[in-house]
Amino acid sequence: MTNNGQSSKDQTPDVPSAEVRAADVALDTAGGAMGPSIVPVSSQSGDPGHQEGNVLRRIVMGNGFVSVLAVIVALFLGGLLIASTDSQVAKTAGYFLARPGDFLQALWAAMTESYVALFQGAVFNAREGFKPLLETMTVATPLICAGLGVALAFRAGLFNIGAQGQIIISATLAAYVGFAWHLPFGLHLLVVIIMGVLGGAAWGAIVGILKARTGAHEVIVTIMLNYVALFLLDFLLNTAAFRRPGDNSPISPRLDETATYPVLIPGSRLHLGFLVAVALTFGVWWMLNRSTIGFEFRAVGANPVAARTAGVKVSRATILVMAFAGALAAFGGVAQVAGTEKVLTGGVAAQIGFDSITVALLGRSTPWGTFFAGLLFGAFRAGAVQMQIQTGTPIDIVLVVQSLIVLFIAAPPLIRSIFRLEPKKKNKTPKAAPKAALANASGGAK
Amino acid sequence: MSATTTAPKPGSTALPVFRPSLKVPVSLGVLALIALFFFGFMGPDQTAEMKISDAGDAVAVPALMIPGQVGGIVFGILLLAMAAYSVYLWTQGEKSPKWLPIAFAVVFVFALLVWIVAGARQPSISLAGLVAGSVTLAVPLVFGSLSGVLCERVGVVNIAIEGQLLGGAFTAALVATMTGSPYIGLIAAAAAGAAVSMVLAVFSIKYLVNQIIVGVVLNVLVSGLTGFLYGTLMVPNKEQFNTPGRLDILPIPLLSDIPIIGPILFEQSIAGYLMYIAVAVVWFGLFKTRWGLRVRAVGEHPQAADTLGINVNATRFWNVTLGGAIAGIGGAVFTLVTIDSFTKDISGGRGFIALAALIFGRWNPIGAFLASLLFGFAYNLQSILGIIGTPVPSQFMAMLPYLVTIFAVAGLVGKSRPPAASGIPYVKG
Repeated sequence: MTNNGQSSKDQTPDVPSAEVRAADVALDTAGGAMGPSIVPVSSQSGDPGHQEGNVLRRIVMGNGFVSVLAVIVALFLGGLLIASTDSQVAKTAGYFLARPGDFLQALWAAMTESYVALFQGAVFNAREGFKPLLETMTVATPLICAGLGVALAFRAGLFNIGAQGQIIISATLAAYVGFAWHLPFGLHLLVVIIMGVLGGAAWGAIVGILKARTGAHEVIVTIMLNYVALFLLDFLLNTAAFRRPGDNSPISPRLDETATYPVLIPGSRLHLGFLVAVALTFGVWWMLNRSTIGFEFRAVGANPVAARTAGVKVSRATILVMAFAGALAAFGGVAQVAGTEKVLTGGVAAQIGFDSITVALLGRSTPWGTFFAGLLFGAFRAGAVQMQIQTGTPIDIVLVVQSLIVLFIAAPPLIRSIFRLEPKKKNKTPKAAPKAALANASGGAK
Repeated sequence: MSATTTAPKPGSTALPVFRPSLKVPVSLGVLALIALFFFGFMGPDQTAEMKISDAGDAVAVPALMIPGQVGGIVFGILLLAMAAYSVYLWTQGEKSPKWLPIAFAVVFVFALLVWIVAGARQPSISLAGLVAGSVTLAVPLVFGSLSGVLCERVGVVNIAIEGQLLGGAFTAALVATMTGSPYIGLIAAAAAGAAVSMVLAVFSIKYLVNQIIVGVVLNVLVSGLTGFLYGTLMVPNKEQFNTPGRLDILPIPLLSDIPIIGPILFEQSIAGYLMYIAVAVVWFGLFKTRWGLRVRAVGEHPQAADTLGINVNATRFWNVTLGGAIAGIGGAVFTLVTIDSFTKDISGGRGFIALAALIFGRWNPIGAFLASLLFGFAYNLQSILGIIGTPVPSQFMAMLPYLVTIFAVAGLVGKSRPPAASGIPYVKG
């Protein structure tokens, strides 16, 4: 097995993509190892054959410049949306023809006002200096962890929509150990982390096992498990074991002091969990790029048939990668209860699990890309609170901007056409040659 | 494959004996044992009263009285018998027939109902109300899953049903309030659902972006957009933007007086009637017309369809758009029938349940309709249980549709096969 894995190191990347296309149906079932899934594996993963740039491949290999443009366009459209509901803009639009200057001024004011408030809440303001940046890092911590989990699964060709559930389960377990057990300093935090991570890994592994054994599609299973986790948490918070003594509201006792991450910088909420997230980012990078198992994951993601031929156990890799993804998301759950919130509530996972999908997409499923995307979205989240307080712009604008960013990044031709960038110049990579060959080959086949 | 027929005969042992999957017999057996043990031996002592007609109805039907424990044992044995039949068929090398899991599910659900009601503080329930409420709650699910059927049959995975429902709900409330007519709101909702769908279609067909990613992102986008506009427009000016009024209930005289069936079939708003029409039309269209044949060809084998002169991408585009319009009408039900105003994220994940119903219903409009009814029943049971008081925590009832879906996609209710080209963009060439 190991030998085969070694030899496949040389072969897999060179497998001609035309074969992939021919073996479409076999691909879907991973050569019979799995039942057919709703979305064929070929379209989920980095199968290079089908399209002029499969999206995941494009996200991984894509152009950083397009990402920056995508962020700018998304922010601009978000600004237009804010302005469209601004009363001053509406008023000046009424006499637009008489004094267009007023309208443009109001438009600019409405667009910038919210973003300035957002920036002040996320990075820097005159009153607190760079303290908001620490808050951004705190908010970004679980996003980075969960984003890494989603990204890792993407690289193995799996859509892990289940970070939300994995966070909830891990946070629940970690919090319970944190407030119900009383252990000495150091050991307690360690046990909290281990329990949380095991919970998240198990919740993720369920998906992997169902996918590998029965072919159940991971998108559906993860979405459903998110709801199951949510209701489980809701149920537990209404039991005596999880409630504060003598209190009927669904909120857990505070975690013991010994069970929480130490605060890094006094006066802020930034805790050790952020450094853990940095370490995890490095760890995932190492795993994907330097370890055999990471190579197997990528091989399965790029081409399950070739991976299987080369001796990779595809079903084992599927289960493992989902367990790892769950464990990574679990660090986010632990960071929430043992670091940021210090209590368990029904809203402990907020929107983190869903945001982490967009984080992984924006980060092109690379570990460090995910890290910085997590920071950016952490800044949006942290700043949006301040923005809502100062300007009354609803936090939901962040969702709009985030989803627009991902839409634009997923469709580089769109951004290129907006900015009239020449699309033909981009194919300078060595990949371009086999792709062109494939296009010709399939044309001939037809 | 000839082993399938020759397997039972002696002398063919040299051939690999084909046996159908053990999944169905085993899972039926396990469920039957659970039912016998929990609903029967551990069952409650009270007698469950199931009222069939309400006091005011023209036709009075006596209520069903089922003793909890005895009923549970009887149902458990019945279920075991069905599981045994399935095992027997398996030993004969035959697959369980399609009706068996369905019949099993019906008996199981009824046994569950008896167990829950007999264990409640107040062991009485109105069957008519239960069924009628289930249908009402199922209406958006039916529209949503029909949208999914139309999209997936043509080869586009539609994760964005949630976004289409939400977009429809918001637009219906907004337009109905501004124009003063819920009917115009209903049409606007269809347009909004179609618009969400068009984004999905453009990104997945023109830009070849992975359909699941577009779907997931569209859900976030619509949630953000409607949430933002709700916060900036509707909250400060409720009178002006968020008082749509309701679609009138249009009972059909005489027919609506029939017990149980009357209120379900003949006492609906226009959206309710549209639901039945849509199910029938989509089923007929997909399976009995030339258009449906083309749609299915595009979803199963786009290359072949293209060779025969069907414009694959145009077919996909318009089908996905039509699907969005249908889901949009489903969304309007939230704000024009169920409640008469929009609130943030009012669809509350129903789009995903619709997706589940579509898979559970095996990409068939009628299957999706029945599965939606089942999920509607689970939703309704959940709220009724809160009223009559039961030993089962409501959260577990709430989990049920999601768990059932996981079982369904894991193939425990038989193998479900999506259209072959679903999720794969088509590049001509």
